[in-house]
Amino acid sequence: MAATEAIVTISGLNKWYGDFHVLRDIDLAVQRGERIVICGPSGSGKSTLIRCINALEDFQEGRIVVDGIELGPNLKRVHEVRREVGMVFQSFNLFPHLTVLENCTLAPIWVRHMPQKEAEATAMRYLERVHIPDQANKYPGQISGGQQQRVAIARALTMNPKVMLFDEPTSALDPEMVKEVLDTMVDLAKEGMTMLVVTHEMGFAKEVADRVIFMDAGQIIEANTPDQFFANPQHARTKLFLSQILR
Amino acid sequence: MSDTASFVRQDLAPQRPAPLRARGIVAFARSRLFNTPANALLTIVGVLLLWAIIVPTVRFLFVDAVWAGADRTACLAETAGHPVGACWPFVQAKLTQFIYGFYPEAERWRVNLTFLLAAILLVPLLIPRVPAKTTNALLFFIAFPFVAFFLLYGGGLQGFVIGWVAHLVSTFLVAIGDAGARLAELGAGAGGASSAFPTLLRVVGEGIVWLSTFLLYVSFPLLWLRDQILASGQPLWADVAATAVIVSAVAFAVGGGIRTGWRALLVSLIVFAIIAGLIRAMGLDRGGLTVVDTRQWGGLLVTLVVAVTGIVASMPVGIALALGRRSTIPLIRLFSIGFIEFWRGVPLITVLFFATYMLPLFLPGNFTVDGLVRVLIGIALFAGAYNAEVIRGGLQAVPRGQEEAAAALGLSHGRTIGLIVLPQALRHVIPGLVNSFIALFKDTSLVSIVALFDLLGSLRASFADPAWATPTTLFTGFAFAGIIYFVVCFAMSRYSLFVERRLNAHQRN
Repeated sequence: MAATEAIVTISGLNKWYGDFHVLRDIDLAVQRGERIVICGPSGSGKSTLIRCINALEDFQEGRIVVDGIELGPNLKRVHEVRREVGMVFQSFNLFPHLTVLENCTLAPIWVRHMPQKEAEATAMRYLERVHIPDQANKYPGQISGGQQQRVAIARALTMNPKVMLFDEPTSALDPEMVKEVLDTMVDLAKEGMTMLVVTHEMGFAKEVADRVIFMDAGQIIEANTPDQFFANPQHARTKLFLSQILR
Repeated sequence: MSDTASFVRQDLAPQRPAPLRARGIVAFARSRLFNTPANALLTIVGVLLLWAIIVPTVRFLFVDAVWAGADRTACLAETAGHPVGACWPFVQAKLTQFIYGFYPEAERWRVNLTFLLAAILLVPLLIPRVPAKTTNALLFFIAFPFVAFFLLYGGGLQGFVIGWVAHLVSTFLVAIGDAGARLAELGAGAGGASSAFPTLLRVVGEGIVWLSTFLLYVSFPLLWLRDQILASGQPLWADVAATAVIVSAVAFAVGGGIRTGWRALLVSLIVFAIIAGLIRAMGLDRGGLTVVDTRQWGGLLVTLVVAVTGIVASMPVGIALALGRRSTIPLIRLFSIGFIEFWRGVPLITVLFFATYMLPLFLPGNFTVDGLVRVLIGIALFAGAYNAEVIRGGLQAVPRGQEEAAAALGLSHGRTIGLIVLPQALRHVIPGLVNSFIALFKDTSLVSIVALFDLLGSLRASFADPAWATPTTLFTGFAFAGIIYFVVCFAMSRYSLFVERRLNAHQRN
């Protein structure tokens, strides 16, 4: 793929929390339609990295370009970027005072100024895609964790994003519900969505990822195709990590 | 099963009702009231205590009470032939005073009409099933206060928004210029050019004069418009028309201009048509109703005006202060903290005294505000500071992830607060807010110490009437006031529980 095809370009990214250097010299180019899985031990900065892409975190050095919109350290064009980037959180973060349908129409109505009827039709289409149109009028507290996370995915998709970020989407789920969420994500990947996924679901990484990135101590330690990454890890830290999680 | 590790269930155990000894009154008494000797003792003491309170109360209010009579003689033990409890004829005779205070008798229909309007607008607002909540809320919170003002106080309109704003601006600027001139004079008069201070005074004074002159020039179009309106012969209608044109134009532009602004323009024109209709219907252009000075208001009318205004006005103040206290802008945060701590640190009585007796001394001579209005503002700010802390508690209970999720969807900060954070925060703090509303309702009785005769004030005034001086008049009066306060507060409490249950119906997990 040509370099001009990159939809997200991160260069020389550095971030500190006070004196703590959380992200160190991150360079990463994500191609249009590429699926990247980011893994690493806790505290390695993987969540912080993807949260920088839609400016939920600020940073002190470097630049991030999303679909031609440059995000410098002063985060001037935050809103433009956020309209193009969807995000799914570990703890779902659905709005508990709104129904499932209202959760999905909120942003189209208030950000894209879509008429309510049209927004509802769009929302229903995405709810059908994640296989829960029948829950549209329930409140988030009335449906299961897996269903909630699928609503969260549908909610992000209603904004028609060019890139989707997933921040450990299955970590807060009961074991029985992990699969339904992963299946939804696999479907999404098959449709050609650009995805950056922070996860420890190595099965998912093997099935859909184009690239697996291993992070530790705020740096990218190793990046490779899933085949190479799992079969033939190069760095000692990667080998140790894989030996811990693959049993 | 205990001897082998393997077990497979064949039939699922069915659900059965609880055994009889865990249900029913006898079970309740045995397990909750008399289960230990100490609890049995407490139960007996409690029952005796209730007996000691309830029996005399019922005797006083109903059994021994006198129900009819023309004056004090009916409520004397000699006339009644038994020890007398409550003297209800007294309440009957003074009821109008309790409700209207010294509001002129011929004008009391205006109070009744205001009460009726309030009920018509408020009841559907409180019942969730009734549609058109937005229109209803706008009518109650925006339109009703103006209508109520002209109904209760009376008087007409000389001008409208432009005249009023122009008056405010010119008064303010002239006052500033005046102060600047005096400062400069002071600097010049102090003489002794040797010291720097008088010179400084003069320079600052002249600077202020210059600034106010400059601002007067800037606001010249407004003042010119005002003069044209005054010269037109129909100042009120000219002002309404001019305001309608300006506001509609702004609404049209903000609404998106040629492309999408038509809706906003239409809404604006309709609103102004309604305003014009109201002005016409209430005869505000012809002097309106007879003015009834607020010093003549009293009784339940004052209590309700103070309480409702305080409750309604304290909410936006509280929300603004709570958000301000969490702001990342230091100036706003410091202001909010200072404001909240100041009003919370001062007793309400001090606030009322200050508003009534001290404020007029500080304000410039030609600038007067009605006594009741001063009290209303004082109470709104006081209650607002309390609400702010309650609401801040609610804001803290909304997880950080909610704001992040809204931000990730591209919602602006203002919309995130308005659509996501505040609705959740306010739900969390309904009990706390209603708590302060109830406290506020009862605190309104404090206005009687600044010469406003609320329900309690009217009551105390009526005790002075020798025609009704009996041994039980005092107790009857206070019992009556107590019942009214209790009914209102209890209604608020029950309604808040209803709202809470309704709003939280979906959060069963």
